[in-house]
Amino acid sequence: MGFIDVEGIQIKGVSTVVPKQVVYNKNYELLTLSEREMLIKTTGIKQRRVANKSTTTSDLAIEAANHLFDKIDWIRTEIDLLVFVTQSRDYYLPSTAVISQHKLGLSTSCIAFDIGLGCSGYVYGLSIIASMLKSGNLKKAILLAGDVSTISCNYNDKSAYPLFGDAGSATFIEKTNKKNKWSFDLNSDGSGEDAIKITDGGTRNLPSEDSFILKQFEGGIQRNGFNLALNGIDIFNFSVTTVPKSIKNFLTIKATDIDSIDYFVMHQANLIMNETIRKKLKLEPEKVPYSLAEYGNTSSASIPLTMALVESLKTNTVKLLLSGFGVGLSWGNALLENDAIPHLLINDYSHD
Amino acid sequence: MNIQELIEKLEEEIEEVEKGTLTPSTNIRNIDWWSSMHALVIIALVDIEYNVQVSGKDLKEIQTIQDLYDLIVKKS
Repeated sequence: MGFIDVEGIQIKGVSTVVPKQVVYNKNYELLTLSEREMLIKTTGIKQRRVANKSTTTSDLAIEAANHLFDKIDWIRTEIDLLVFVTQSRDYYLPSTAVISQHKLGLSTSCIAFDIGLGCSGYVYGLSIIASMLKSGNLKKAILLAGDVSTISCNYNDKSAYPLFGDAGSATFIEKTNKKNKWSFDLNSDGSGEDAIKITDGGTRNLPSEDSFILKQFEGGIQRNGFNLALNGIDIFNFSVTTVPKSIKNFLTIKATDIDSIDYFVMHQANLIMNETIRKKLKLEPEKVPYSLAEYGNTSSASIPLTMALVESLKTNTVKLLLSGFGVGLSWGNALLENDAIPHLLINDYSHD
Repeated sequence: MNIQELIEKLEEEIEEVEKGTLTPSTNIRNIDWWSSMHALVIIALVDIEYNVQVSGKDLKEIQTIQDLYDLIVKKS
């Protein structure tokens, strides 16, 4: 089983940058008015932030990191490790993390690499950073995580278009002498590769003229080979069965009573799915924050974005349960004991 | 569990349905309010209330509330 345990790792700050442009689901013309109401009620998504075509995930995440450098007295050349979690990288190659190392003015001795995960990516990123900080002679690390998913969603695909928002996040993480514990439980099931997929543009299906052709699917849905395809019911069933089961198992193995958790910050997929998971875990609504209504599903940025909405994290030592789940299929849970995080930021992108 | 209990839960969960209007033979696909969002509402309800997972394939075969009930009985 994919469990990882570390001690003394602390999150120092969490910052998210979102595009300025707001798109409202109440204006989504592919649905009737009552369908739009039903969509908003069921998914919980009223509005989303949508990036300009020229804005990349790294533009947002680098700006998010710069906001934290303004607040936290970290020296850029002291950063030992930069991990970038994204499925919307700047280029086919090189790695977006390496480009970001230079743009952020970090030292050339900084370790930098990408992780190609989506909804589960923030938890994976934290676990990799925590492990490397613990085992290597490293002290300070930055996790950049996010996606511009809206560029991949076709307006004529009502099963995907209204769900996604864009965001880039930065999390500053440090090794300390403290005794606080972090534990991770990481999982994968590639048999579900078709549940969320962009089929064309990789080496399996190279970009071709055919990739651009709009194809018709059940329910009047239209998309091309570069568009994100989502099988809502498969993803729903995976999320409401496998995820709560894995969390319960993880908590049992870690001898952690669910009532001892201060906040359960979940990947923000959609309200009915997340609420089903919450109810199955018998967690009170007060312990389960949401950013869905304002930002939609922001992929690997959804957990840091949601954390920034929890005011008490700024002043209290907390025990957090994080869970990211989705595309892959891939899912990961984390139990984090952390000191107060005074710097929890959400800002609009300055170049929009 | 009986089918009347399932009907009451569905009527409670789905706003568009007036109480007392659903019967075992109601074809849920022919109802004006049916959409993929309602499918998710029904899947979530069945999962939480009966701990039964309705797959996408199952859902395609379900026409009436009786079909849904039979599926829950078969899978529980």
